[in-house]
Amino acid sequence: MKKGISFRQAFFTLLKRDLQIAIRHKGDIFNPLLFFILVVTLFPLGIGPEPQVLSRVAPGVIWVAALLASMLSLERLFKADFVDGSLEQMLLSPQPLPLMVLAKVLAHWILTGVPLILVAPLLAVLLHLDDNSYGALMATLALGTPVLSLLGAIGVALTVGLHKGGVLLSLLILPLYIPVLIFATSAIDASSLNLPYSGHLAIIGAMLVGSLILAPFAIGASLRVSTN
Amino acid sequence: MAEQQIAKTLLSANQLTCIREERILFDELSFEITAGEIVQIEGPNGSGKTSLLRILAGLSRPYAGEVYYQGEDITRNRDEYNDDLLYLGHLAGVKTELTAEENLNFNLRISGYDEFDTRGILAKVNLAGFEEALAGHLSAGQHRRTALARLWHTNCKIWLLDEPFTAIDKKGVEELEHIFLDHAKRGGCVILTTHQDMGIIGDDILRKISLEYRFV
Repeated sequence: MKKGISFRQAFFTLLKRDLQIAIRHKGDIFNPLLFFILVVTLFPLGIGPEPQVLSRVAPGVIWVAALLASMLSLERLFKADFVDGSLEQMLLSPQPLPLMVLAKVLAHWILTGVPLILVAPLLAVLLHLDDNSYGALMATLALGTPVLSLLGAIGVALTVGLHKGGVLLSLLILPLYIPVLIFATSAIDASSLNLPYSGHLAIIGAMLVGSLILAPFAIGASLRVSTN
Repeated sequence: MAEQQIAKTLLSANQLTCIREERILFDELSFEITAGEIVQIEGPNGSGKTSLLRILAGLSRPYAGEVYYQGEDITRNRDEYNDDLLYLGHLAGVKTELTAEENLNFNLRISGYDEFDTRGILAKVNLAGFEEALAGHLSAGQHRRTALARLWHTNCKIWLLDEPFTAIDKKGVEELEHIFLDHAKRGGCVILTTHQDMGIIGDDILRKISLEYRFV
């Protein structure tokens, strides 16, 4: 009965379990995606089909919809585990908590962030996004959505013990999402004018690296407070 | 073997005070638990049994006081303590979307074990034939057994069990009592809460810590 699980194996064990659960609970994957698609497709109907107008608002609409979709899906990140006691077991497992938390956030991003990135170019066609901007759109989403998941997870961890934490959660994390939104949309705008946007990407990248390193510790500490 | 060893203190509580909803559940509670002991925390509903177990596990912070594991504060060397601790709470920590086998496999791997026979262990808790059943489709007792199966494959010394006999049949309770006794003989300790009388573990072996319901 020796203990021989490496940190890497523990990480992938948890990641695999979370993906497995989500695959058996397909609604969790499709709800945020459906929300994203609905919001974006309703915009041309609401503001009219003029290509100039649409291509002007496209970056903002896609990013705001992605941001709200990501927030919509956040709550289930720790809730189910909190309700059935798995969260307590995770807190008491001999594996380092930040690592376990990171596995959960990664699973969440694979399930909600990646589908958004994949459908975004199709929706961009609906909004007449400028041809030059597709690269920027994909790059900002690829770098930005993990930041949303990581920062959002801190808020979820803080509110997981509350019965109606939804409103508080939005208030807590929306301010943290705003910088990502600003830099992402301005990167896409810059690319549509054929201007370099690597500076914007670098800042989003820095946010990603920063939150990747610091957020797991903050999430772990928040979970310990919430389960107290 | 355990008798010959000098009784080793595994876990000690020092002046624990717990306040919930502006009510003192217990104050300045101190005790020591040595290797080989089976301890039942008893008291009426609302007297703080679960709160005490959660404090001992390090899940909740006491209002005052500390818990020491082998002489060290558990909040300071959490990793080492968690490595030696098996806590089963009110909530089983069993995922309804996964099968009994997947649940046990996950629970054991996350506890650090990499070689085990899940089917063999499940057979020991009378879940043979239910390996592929989703935990959500199992009965309450079987659900509980899926969580308890971890007790059959562990080398943690400290077992903290909150109402382990809930929904378990008489034969299952006897099996659990046997495994508690074996664990105690091997130099571990079991701390549990239950309202049920135990048949095999007699009053001579069982140590009781009583909590009272207080109105202030």
